[in-house]
Amino acid sequence: MKDNVDSYVTKDGRTIGPVVMEMKNITLRFGGVEAIKDISFDIREGEIRAIIGPNGAGKSSMLNVISGFYVPQDGEVWYRGAPRPAMKPFQVAQQGIARTFQNIALFEGMSVLDNVMTGRLTHMKSGLMSQMLWRGAAEKEEIENREVAERIIDFLEIQAIRKTPVSRLSYGLKKRVELARALAAEPSLLLLDEPMAGMNVEEKEDMSRFILDVNDEFGTTIALIEHDMGVVMDLSDRVVVMDYGKKIGDGTPHEVRNNQEVIDAYLGVAHD
Amino acid sequence: MNEQLAFTIEVFANGLMAGVLYALVALGFVLIYKASGIFNYAQGVMALFAAMTLVGIQNGQVPFVHLINAIFGTEIHGFGWTVPSFVAIILTVFVMIGLAWAVQRFVFRHLVGQEPIILFMATIGLAYFLEGVADLMWGSELKTLTVCATESVCLPQGMNMWLETTTYEAMGYGFFIDNLDIVASIIAALLVAGLVMFAQYTKQGRAMRAVADDHQAALSVGVSLNFIWILVWSLAGFVALVAGIMWGAKSGVQFSLSLIALKALPVLMLGGFTSIPGAIVGGLIIGVGEKMFEFLIGAPFLGGATENWFAYMLALVFLVFRPQGLFGEKIIERV
Repeated sequence: MKDNVDSYVTKDGRTIGPVVMEMKNITLRFGGVEAIKDISFDIREGEIRAIIGPNGAGKSSMLNVISGFYVPQDGEVWYRGAPRPAMKPFQVAQQGIARTFQNIALFEGMSVLDNVMTGRLTHMKSGLMSQMLWRGAAEKEEIENREVAERIIDFLEIQAIRKTPVSRLSYGLKKRVELARALAAEPSLLLLDEPMAGMNVEEKEDMSRFILDVNDEFGTTIALIEHDMGVVMDLSDRVVVMDYGKKIGDGTPHEVRNNQEVIDAYLGVAHD
Repeated sequence: MNEQLAFTIEVFANGLMAGVLYALVALGFVLIYKASGIFNYAQGVMALFAAMTLVGIQNGQVPFVHLINAIFGTEIHGFGWTVPSFVAIILTVFVMIGLAWAVQRFVFRHLVGQEPIILFMATIGLAYFLEGVADLMWGSELKTLTVCATESVCLPQGMNMWLETTTYEAMGYGFFIDNLDIVASIIAALLVAGLVMFAQYTKQGRAMRAVADDHQAALSVGVSLNFIWILVWSLAGFVALVAGIMWGAKSGVQFSLSLIALKALPVLMLGGFTSIPGAIVGGLIIGVGEKMFEFLIGAPFLGGATENWFAYMLALVFLVFRPQGLFGEKIIERV
């Protein structure tokens, strides 16, 4: 690993920036169960970082630590070169870290457009009174936010359903709307919890394309959890492999694929 | 013109006015239920508390005066001043915001993620606690609430007299509508318009709708649940204050005021627990329905006093045929 180099260029010619987020010796316990055991890794600017591992490895817990839904018992989360104090999830979101959920958390009662607009909440600043009276700055701000939302809706090719209530959409489309809402926040770090779980081949291909395009077009740093090894190998710049709450591998897809411990974990060698 | 018909119209109008008050109370329920899933049994007591605080501040009463006198052996009776209605209302709004904060900080923050029935029980506890505090703070005697010290401040008295005389000249029957009812309707309409605008067009309103829909998702887009809950309890407190003023001005500020919460229940079943327009329409239907039923059927054929049970019977019919209410969200579970 090129640890202290600020940025470097990969073999495919992709430029990877400096470290934006660093997990230092994170340990997370639920009662007596250790979900995450002393894990350290970093996320660099502009990269697609995958976290993989078998079921129950602690991947989602790790994502929840990053997004503030879980507070680790030990270890520090460093963000932009400084240790992050214990934060509520909404504060993490306000810092520019957006996320999606494994089992989809959308506002079911709202339309697609309204859902995407909620992603703009952290960017809305004008005062209550001017907003209610719909004047000046507030109106301008609303229009700007609306433009961002519409651009993302176009980008993810969901124009046709923009006024549809989310509860009527198929699973695959809901996943896409959730991605749109996260993107609307214009995050500096985007966390995706199994963005392709439960999708058919065609939907998976679409989603992979969108993730690559987002990274390409907006330069968004992405950390994602995925089961499908093939997808992970194609998408990501670097991979963290977890098993039973421990980190068993970290590196480029190629390095990870040839790591004996990783092979064992995936092929199911008996643990001692 | 047929006098019977004219009288019917007047009953109808009075029903609408009563409905406005039911709607106001129901509105407070809907706000909290939508945003936090809590059925706030204390809404009626909040109206009482707000009205008592308003009267207390207006009359320059010292809060907890009996308690202070008992402990320190003093003989305080009051500050000896009176506060103008406008200032007193603003001060009461601040008290209600403080109450919202305290309720969130000391009760519901510790109950996040609990079963709805536990949250409901907590509001029952809150209702009795608040009733006790109101008693201790301002005393339990009946108080009269006059928001308009001089008539010209609110609505000129001439208006309903004008209505009565012109309708008398035109139709041979003079309509009488209480001034207070007109003020109540106008304020209620403004309040609803304000709330709808707030929910639709402001950042906080959008955040409120987000929290009402999905807590986890709301957190992930940067909304503080705690802030939104304080906000909705404050709004509910404000609505309670308006309702308290209206009822208090009509029939005096007394402890039976807290029972208007029970009248809001059928309104909610009619309108749906999650709909702001539903609370308004439901309130009006119940108000008009019970007055008209009493006038047309109850008094002539059933021996009267149907107003006591009509609303509940109507709610029961709705529960059987349309359990989500007129405007409520129909719950469809995908299998």
